[in-house]
Amino acid sequence: MVPLSYYLALSAILFCLGVAGFLFKQDIITVFISIELMLNGVNLAFVAFSHALHQVAGNVFVFFVMVVAAAEAAVGLAIIIAVVRNRNTLAVDELSQLGDK
Amino acid sequence: MQLTLFLIFGALAVAGAINLLVQRHPIYSALSLVTVMGALAVEYLLLGAEFIAFVQIIVYAGAIMVLFVFVIMVLNAGEVIDQPRSRIAAFLGLPILTLLAIELISRVYGDFGATTLTMGSPMVQTGPIGQSLFHEFLLPFEVTSVLFLVGVLGAVVLAARREKPQVVAATRQQHDQEKAMAAAQR
Repeated sequence: MVPLSYYLALSAILFCLGVAGFLFKQDIITVFISIELMLNGVNLAFVAFSHALHQVAGNVFVFFVMVVAAAEAAVGLAIIIAVVRNRNTLAVDELSQLGDK
Repeated sequence: MQLTLFLIFGALAVAGAINLLVQRHPIYSALSLVTVMGALAVEYLLLGAEFIAFVQIIVYAGAIMVLFVFVIMVLNAGEVIDQPRSRIAAFLGLPILTLLAIELISRVYGDFGATTLTMGSPMVQTGPIGQSLFHEFLLPFEVTSVLFLVGVLGAVVLAARREKPQVVAATRQQHDQEKAMAAAQR
């Protein structure tokens, strides 16, 4: 029998690694991939709680998270393509034209 | 048995996530994320969520990641040379993040350390999920379809290559001339 806390700990570790990737990586695609990693960590927590509480709602929420992730991936990757076409760079730090410098 | 499988695939997921961070080329990061998703699908199966496990494989690892890999290929994305970061971020970033992880995990153990999952309980069948989706969550489900429609439109509008106005005007002029000539021949 696996304790619920193990699943939640794994979920927390994956989420934190996703946050780390989002903050540390300088490549716009990898930043986007890190967001997917965070969503996956949260999904694991949803499924674990759904199992622990004997409720189906957790699984339905995971389904919705996946749907939103799919829409987000489509729009986000389109934005990345547009950015690369206009600015010809993938580095996040070079996209600073909204800043004051 | 259950615990062994959990530990093996949990370790695989964490290793994949760390590899995602360490790799410098985006394609390796994307493929590590596929590993993480496969390992998580096994965890979902262990939790009895078979529907979610297979949707994870088909939609996440199958569709979304193919989209990522495809875009990486189209853009011919390579390694990005790291710019130097501010000193505060370099020194405080990792410690604060570790603190966040420790806080999250200790909170989890404090609140749910005693709860163990009984695996003898019935698996979540796909039927009840569908029932719940189309009764209790019908409105969110329908709103999701609108979200998808807007997402598709947004993706097409953003990624579509726009023709230059002069080119459009030129082709239109040419088209009109051809039409006029065809009419004259007739």
